Amino acid sequence: MAEYETHEHDVLVIGAGGAGLRAAIEASAAGVSVGLVCKSLLGKAHTVMAEGGIAAALANVDERDNWKVHFSDTMRGGQYVNNWRMAQLHAQEAPARVHELEAWGAVFDRTPDGRILQRNFGGHKYPRLAHVGDRTGLELIRTLQDHGIHLGMEVYMECTVVKLLKDGDRIAGAFAYYRDRGRFVIFKAKAVVLATGGIGKAYKITSNSWEYTGDGHTLAYDAGADLQDMEFLQFHPTGMIWPTSVQGILVTEGVRGEGGILVNNKGEQFMYKDIPDLYKNQTAKDPEEGWRYCQGDRNAQRPAELLTRDHVARCIRREVNEGRGSPHGGVFLDISWIKSKIPNAPEHIKRKLPSMYHQFKELGDIDITKEAMEVGPTTHYIMGGVKVDAESQMSRVPGLFACGECAVGINGANRLGGNSLSDLIVFGKRAGEFAAKYAKDKGAPALHNDQVEEAARWTLAPFERAGGTEGPYQIQYDLQNMMQDLVGIVRREDEMLRALEGLGKLRRRAQEAKVAGNREYNPGWHTALDLHNLLTVSEAIARSALVRKESRGGHFRDDFPAKADKFAKVNLVVRKGPDGQMQLEEVPIPEMPEELKQIIKEMG
Amino acid sequence: MSSTDTQIMITLRIWRGDANGGKFEDYRTPVAEGMVVLDAVHRVQAEQANDMAVRWNCKAGKCGSCSAEINGKPGLMCMTQLTHLPLDEPITIEPMRAFPRVKDLVTDVSWNYRVKKRIKPFKPRKPDASDGTWRMGQADVDRVQEFRKCIECFLCQDVCHVLRDHHLHEEFIGPRFLVHIAALEMHPLDTEDRLPELKEANGIGYCNITKCCTKVCPEHITITDNAIIPLKERVVDEYYDPLTRLWRLVWPKKNPNDV
Repeated sequence: MAEYETHEHDVLVIGAGGAGLRAAIEASAAGVSVGLVCKSLLGKAHTVMAEGGIAAALANVDERDNWKVHFSDTMRGGQYVNNWRMAQLHAQEAPARVHELEAWGAVFDRTPDGRILQRNFGGHKYPRLAHVGDRTGLELIRTLQDHGIHLGMEVYMECTVVKLLKDGDRIAGAFAYYRDRGRFVIFKAKAVVLATGGIGKAYKITSNSWEYTGDGHTLAYDAGADLQDMEFLQFHPTGMIWPTSVQGILVTEGVRGEGGILVNNKGEQFMYKDIPDLYKNQTAKDPEEGWRYCQGDRNAQRPAELLTRDHVARCIRREVNEGRGSPHGGVFLDISWIKSKIPNAPEHIKRKLPSMYHQFKELGDIDITKEAMEVGPTTHYIMGGVKVDAESQMSRVPGLFACGECAVGINGANRLGGNSLSDLIVFGKRAGEFAAKYAKDKGAPALHNDQVEEAARWTLAPFERAGGTEGPYQIQYDLQNMMQDLVGIVRREDEMLRALEGLGKLRRRAQEAKVAGNREYNPGWHTALDLHNLLTVSEAIARSALVRKESRGGHFRDDFPAKADKFAKVNLVVRKGPDGQMQLEEVPIPEMPEELKQIIKEMG
Repeated sequence: MSSTDTQIMITLRIWRGDANGGKFEDYRTPVAEGMVVLDAVHRVQAEQANDMAVRWNCKAGKCGSCSAEINGKPGLMCMTQLTHLPLDEPITIEPMRAFPRVKDLVTDVSWNYRVKKRIKPFKPRKPDASDGTWRMGQADVDRVQEFRKCIECFLCQDVCHVLRDHHLHEEFIGPRFLVHIAALEMHPLDTEDRLPELKEANGIGYCNITKCCTKVCPEHITITDNAIIPLKERVVDEYYDPLTRLWRLVWPKKNPNDV
């Protein structure tokens, strides 16, 4: 083992987006030694793609807002299968976490009286999203990065973790490689925090970059932790669809928050055709009332365009399938129409949505202040993830914590826009705090040479497959196409059974995938290794989706289009069985305390 | 791909090699309407050169990972549309020149991270609003927000002749970090004083305002006019203005909380 570079830390954080950085900051502040590993360069994680804002009941724009309303909105958006304790902690702690960002240098847009400005977003009753134009995620990650680098944490950039190491039941560290030279590195750690984000690369059309291959999900699963709610996947309703090469790139919900409307090829504002019962009392009766809401009329209800993402995505799909789509197979998202309502509309749009203006201008040759955008659903976020304790974020593996997108709980069946950035900082902080506490209470774990050697062999295997003929990219494409077609927005039993069969074949192909070249910055090798993670999370999604015979939030079954009471009471959990096969269990949702039930009732 | 795509064949001339040297290699690949340079590079990588190193992430101009020199011009590969380039001749793509090469299109940009760590962090004044926070007007934060749009692509560092041609990395922090310091110095809440380092260790005097950095900034930050020149003026006022020097003799130290 001596031949490998080895680092020892009290807390090792894997992933350096918002959640990982926030965890590393909290653990460093607690006085323990912290290592922060990121697959990319520091500050490049997918958090930068979060555009619209951070949801926190600051009540700066509407004083009727408070944590109870935020909690209630989050539970309603998640169709009540959320971990209610996490939803409560999130709503209660988000405002303090946002103020803390300001104390660390974040510069949010301001209200006329100089406080943090908040904007409307889907599923949020009041204007609640603290934001910086449409680049809030960049502000968040840069603030955390610039604060964190002065706290003494050690940052390991372009470093990919392939296996977690254990000492008996407890976590002992991680085995990783540096992307640049391909050298191996071992981290010995008392506690490990996973903050690796999502799984978008399992799908063809996605807003996620190459990094999001379900690493944390798979590392945890392989180490014996539970994954939960893996059937709940968020298809963001508005991704770019044209030109083909930019398909999937996100168009912020902020466009609709600022008054943007969704229109089909007949010119109809189709979102008003189908309002779910759960939202009848909270939705505008007509587009005129919706516009008044966006202009701050407190007596108006929010526009149908700001219904939850799962619903909007399905409505768009319906319009396209029934022949009312746009030329390239989406619908129109129009913000330019507000010029009929307000003076200087083009300037207003450029100020409120600068990066959207820029993105469409540069990539699509479209001026969004003059014409409508074409948009369609894109795989964006997974609600499911590593099952953790609500307070401490620790999984069932002692010393293994998870936070952010790779953890499960706060979002239930559907995440509200804006709740992910707040999730990152609320639960990132908690994970860092409790990981540091755990590390202080425990002695050092032992590293076991057999695990290290096994990980090293596994990692080098793609170079040594003499018989393999196929590279990893075609296998990844085939997986993405299959998941898109068979386990996408609308699901059916026969298709998912085919997907499971297909996954078996893809796994066999992945085990034979061969890579060319050497270990130095070799994306082919990295892709071959990531396939294991993509296949694992894809199987978890397909198996869970097959069992949940109902439609709820981000999970829609063509063969079971209604909600079922039976499934309102359970979460689906997958774990690795003793035989190495994936096991699935229906786990009852704990009873909500009376006071929280009362809050939900009061909020109507 | 959709049926409306029409494909044509182009040639990418990509630099392949490492710190020890390398050469350009030509790849023929089909491209369709709307594709950006990064799409074409990915296609070559997937179909012809699995081990070709390229750093990228968001593919939407928001993370600043895929900086390179395209036909000799520094830019983000994900935001450079192929149709804006002459496609009847080879398109050359090479790594940034101001940083050491790692492999193919990937350079070692770690120097930038070390520089940032040396810069004194944000230090706010005490909260002064009744709710324990601060009040700031939008007009007071507009300029700082412009600087905070920076995605750290380091293209401004790449074109800066002080770094690119004269390799004064030890004496000059480059436009990116002058923008960073400007964002901190002009932050309405900040109380730190970074002028002594600006003059000495950060080498602001090396900048002779050729504005190359401003021209390549993908975020359109007016780097020279809005960040560097005001900082230069502050340094001049602080160290070279006779009245200020006299003032400093009488009141030598400023109290950071006395704003």
